[in-house]
Amino acid sequence: MQITLHLNGATHDLDLDPRTTLLDALRHHLGMTGTKKGCDHGQCGACTVLMDGRRINACLTLACMAQDARITTIEGLGSPDRLSPLQQQFLDHDGFQCGYCTPGQICSATAMLEEIEAGWPSHVSENLDGPFELSHAEIAERMSGNLCRCAAYANIVAAIRQAAGTTGWREDAA
Amino acid sequence: MREFTYQRAASIADLSPDATIIAGGTNLLDLMKLEVMAPPVLVDITHLDLGGVEPEGEGLRIGALVRNSDLAAHPVIRRDYPVLSRALLAGASGQLRNMATTGGNLMQRTRCPYFYDRRMACNKRDPGAGCAAIGGVTRNHAILGASDHCIATYPGDMAVALRALDAVVEIDGPAPRKVPLSDFHLLPGNTPHVETVLEPGEIITAVILPAPPGGQHRYRKVRDRASYAFALVSVAAVIGTEDGRISHAALAFGGVAAKPWRDPDVEALLKGSEPSDALFREAAEILLRPARGWGEHQFKIPLLRRALIATLRDATGMETAA
Amino acid sequence: MTRHLRVDGPNHDDRLDHMAQGILGQPLNRLEGPLKVTGLAAYAAEARPMNMVYGVLVQASVPAGKVLEVGDAPGALAVIHDKRMVRYAAQGMDQKGPTSGPDQIEYMGQAIALVVAESFETARHAAQNIAVRYKTASVPVEPEAVKPELPPKKQSAAGNVDKAMQDAAVTVDRVWQTPSHMSAAMEPHAAIAEWDGDHVTIRAALQMLSSNRKQMADALGIKEQNLRLLSPYVGGGFGSKLGINAEAVAAAIAAKKLGRPVMVAMTRQQVFDLAHRRSETRQRIRLACDSDGRLTGIGHEVLVSNLPSSEFVEPVAQATPFTYQAAHRQVVHAVARIHRGCAGSVRAPGEAVGVTVFECAMDELAEATGIDPVELRLRNIPDVEPTTDRPFSSHKLAEALREGARLFGWSNRKPAGQRVEGEWMIGMGMAAAVRVNMLVESRARVTLNQDGHAIVETDMTDIGTGTYTILGQLAAEMLGLPMERVEVRLGDTNFPPASGSGGSFGAASSGNSVYLACEEIRSQIARAMSCDEVDLTLQDGMARAGNVARPLSDLIDGQISGEGHLQPGKTEKSHRQATWGSHWAEVAVNRWTGEVRVRRMMGVFACGRVLNEKTARSQCLGGMTFGIGIALTEAMEHDPRDGHAVSRDLAEYHIPTHADVPALEVHFLPERDAYVGPLQAKGLGELGICGAGAAVLNAVHNACGVRVRQLPATPDKIVAGLED
Repeated sequence: MQITLHLNGATHDLDLDPRTTLLDALRHHLGMTGTKKGCDHGQCGACTVLMDGRRINACLTLACMAQDARITTIEGLGSPDRLSPLQQQFLDHDGFQCGYCTPGQICSATAMLEEIEAGWPSHVSENLDGPFELSHAEIAERMSGNLCRCAAYANIVAAIRQAAGTTGWREDAA
Repeated sequence: MREFTYQRAASIADLSPDATIIAGGTNLLDLMKLEVMAPPVLVDITHLDLGGVEPEGEGLRIGALVRNSDLAAHPVIRRDYPVLSRALLAGASGQLRNMATTGGNLMQRTRCPYFYDRRMACNKRDPGAGCAAIGGVTRNHAILGASDHCIATYPGDMAVALRALDAVVEIDGPAPRKVPLSDFHLLPGNTPHVETVLEPGEIITAVILPAPPGGQHRYRKVRDRASYAFALVSVAAVIGTEDGRISHAALAFGGVAAKPWRDPDVEALLKGSEPSDALFREAAEILLRPARGWGEHQFKIPLLRRALIATLRDATGMETAA
Repeated sequence: MTRHLRVDGPNHDDRLDHMAQGILGQPLNRLEGPLKVTGLAAYAAEARPMNMVYGVLVQASVPAGKVLEVGDAPGALAVIHDKRMVRYAAQGMDQKGPTSGPDQIEYMGQAIALVVAESFETARHAAQNIAVRYKTASVPVEPEAVKPELPPKKQSAAGNVDKAMQDAAVTVDRVWQTPSHMSAAMEPHAAIAEWDGDHVTIRAALQMLSSNRKQMADALGIKEQNLRLLSPYVGGGFGSKLGINAEAVAAAIAAKKLGRPVMVAMTRQQVFDLAHRRSETRQRIRLACDSDGRLTGIGHEVLVSNLPSSEFVEPVAQATPFTYQAAHRQVVHAVARIHRGCAGSVRAPGEAVGVTVFECAMDELAEATGIDPVELRLRNIPDVEPTTDRPFSSHKLAEALREGARLFGWSNRKPAGQRVEGEWMIGMGMAAAVRVNMLVESRARVTLNQDGHAIVETDMTDIGTGTYTILGQLAAEMLGLPMERVEVRLGDTNFPPASGSGGSFGAASSGNSVYLACEEIRSQIARAMSCDEVDLTLQDGMARAGNVARPLSDLIDGQISGEGHLQPGKTEKSHRQATWGSHWAEVAVNRWTGEVRVRRMMGVFACGRVLNEKTARSQCLGGMTFGIGIALTEAMEHDPRDGHAVSRDLAEYHIPTHADVPALEVHFLPERDAYVGPLQAKGLGELGICGAGAAVLNAVHNACGVRVRQLPATPDKIVAGLED
């Protein structure tokens, strides 16, 4: 079927099998392999992209259902010579090793900080109405949908706290 | 994944009885990829006007398409039904909560690994085939309300809180109706493939919450890792106390049965009584009288007992959980 | 010119400490980091050659027997059902392909065919529904159900442990069990194969290209020189990509047959079925000591399993013979031949579960003797390797224990069950860390261009270990260049064959080869400078000797190239080589639900020279987190009737999440090991996991008094030991 995707500010017209997921449309049909396939079942977060600004699993989204949305992938967040603040902090804090979960972690973290700004609580928030400290526990819980087997977790949390500091978030919250 | 016809529904009237509804897709696509589910027609309802959280009487009407993350963060839910926020936040991941919907979450299917594996016999997937879980590896399986035909559990968190809140499911279809959540999910008996009362051609349009119950709200979920895991057991509790006695007790349990479990005898015992360890033990005793394990998962019997006691201690101020 | 070194003796030169650039060891960002954080680093399945088609593996749905017939696949281009397809993955460093002949089924889930179609969606559906006829056989799948083999080379004994146990003041005699573990690297195994005449290029997710090339050529029945493997980026390995596996072999066969490039990526469930598992273990540990806690007897009896046709035996008690002293010692490795998926290397084969369990036993002995766990270990450190009397190449266990105790605040530890905060019981635990060290033959080529730009080439891989960066730092240090003037090219069998990434030997082995290649280049520069190589100083593109200083560009005509070739030598036998450390954990255990939360965790490690403090630390974080998984969350369950992997996705097999891991702390002890080549560096990728889980489990005991001996310590098992 004919499908139009709005990706990173550009429009792509594709002829796809209806069974094609957004993830496979990106990887197999558009050659945009920054979004990774780790489990294909929403169990690892490697395929995290932003849909209308919200983080979702591209593996559990049919491409045909993503037609009206604005989709941002890791390629849309920055490039090697123009890294986003989070990408820069992941690099500086060694927030990855093999790098395979990394695009998903960075997309997820990008939206996660927005969720905190919007006042969304988390499972570990003491009070549902906040305030939400950017503590290790808060960030770790909110990032738990992104598995990392190299286990750069400790560095990822540090990177996110630092990046949040550069965009107005307090970095000294314990 | 089997081929299907994709349709985008423009109105509820478009839904045909042979169509399978897709909204968040978090569980349906998961199962379709494994061909555990193989619907020939997929109807995308995400463009229908089924969102929104609105007052209804003294309570609230939650549209079927309200995403889990929006519901958990909704100011009225946080203020008046915090057990629901807590249950939602204890489930899945930030990404999945952004996708999963209120209606879809009620339709979530079991995580029994034998149901997920087409090589294995499963009465739920293939009625009459037998149950390979019995005699196999059982960890996330049921201790209450199961049968020799099926020991699968309903795996979700949201519905457990909804059960404690006496929610009602609003259903549209040839004959629109409202079904208390307590009656929505079915125990397996000898028809484990029939999981809910929803008929072909029907659609969940909303979940309705009665007036806020007040009291202390708790959702305690015990799982195999700190996050992003299904419940071994969970307890949703709404407990009111007056003059040192329990005035209101609504308790629902997850991870232990094919539906969010609730036991009126437990609540009857608690109501009017002074909180004490002896009372809570007795409550657990009553709750677990009918419990039975078919294998390794019988550990859930002591685990649920302890989770209940801890939740009650916490909710009645005997001990803080933090 | 090739500079060759066999490590036959010590190297006390500390040459690298006297280089001028000052880059080696620095915590530099990863060279390839900008590509990884922007999604531009391309992994195995991330190329799109023209006309590529998709293959999906078909798996056996019976645990044993024979494939009689493989049916058609409507809509598919081809069903590949070829006797060259492999039954399971090659083991690390195998020089031949693994057992082929997919029709003989050895375990449930074995790959038996490949369906290829124009689209992934069509191939997947066809593969899921292809009809296969079997002749099934009944086979054992439980390790305790068969009489195990006792491979002669895997047993050792000295003295009489039974007698030591009888005569001891204090003993421990307990059985522990660990379940099957999976590497569960985030990138599922994948390959793209493309033929050009008789020559095939396979882009794959592999850790050890030079041996993988031999395995693949053998499996396909082609000459090695007709095969090129590419693994520029590998999304994690942890042992699971040491040897070639079904997807790459099938892709190559299909691509030849169809005359088109073929991509085959395993599904996550297939990774659980087809990648090697770490065998489950049953470990009986006997410890005997005198009243001062001095060990007199050590027994470590192990039962593991594997397929009847696979030689690999998890070397669980590998470190037991040399970690602590005792006159009476016995190591038994028994292997049950059963039909679960193939067992092989998963991060730190042997010590990951062997040291973990042994260190739990030591904690029990400390409790039984009333001696502090740190002190108990300090009292039992041998001066030379027990039983062989070989010297240690270096030994830092005592220092790691003392330094760790100080840094962690061990003196604040309270007796078991004494620290309570609300519902949570708090405890501290520790364990020793030890892992054998080895070098593997490795080659590299370094080219220095006249413009002062150096290129390092080797078929070494970077599986997240930091290889690109450390090899670049080494070349920059040796050649006196800033990092931005060094380019590192890896993961291509057109480059000189390297050790590969595995067994923690990658950094030191490939690093020494780069060192040697650079030494060769330095010699050529020294000749141009008319000085001895040792008198040459290279810094920021300038060569200096005595009072002469010249830019490199003046000294190079075109380019200078050097090859390095490292081989392990006599020090392998003359000295016991190992890395050492200590693990520390503080946990909270919920008194009602038995949930465990790791609050603090720290590791102190000695691994010889640290090549990049940042990437080295990350390796340790990863190992320690694996330890949390072993202790608390990870278990691959097998069905008791057919042996199939039941926990075969990432929702059921619980690797730790962000929320399971606190802000971990890592400290390195300064060390130069003279017996491991001029780099004086040892392995680090696995030390962090060895014993880490024991620190957590010992902390659990200190928190709540419960010993969980059937790992992992999930809530149900903790609760079973808690009072009401």
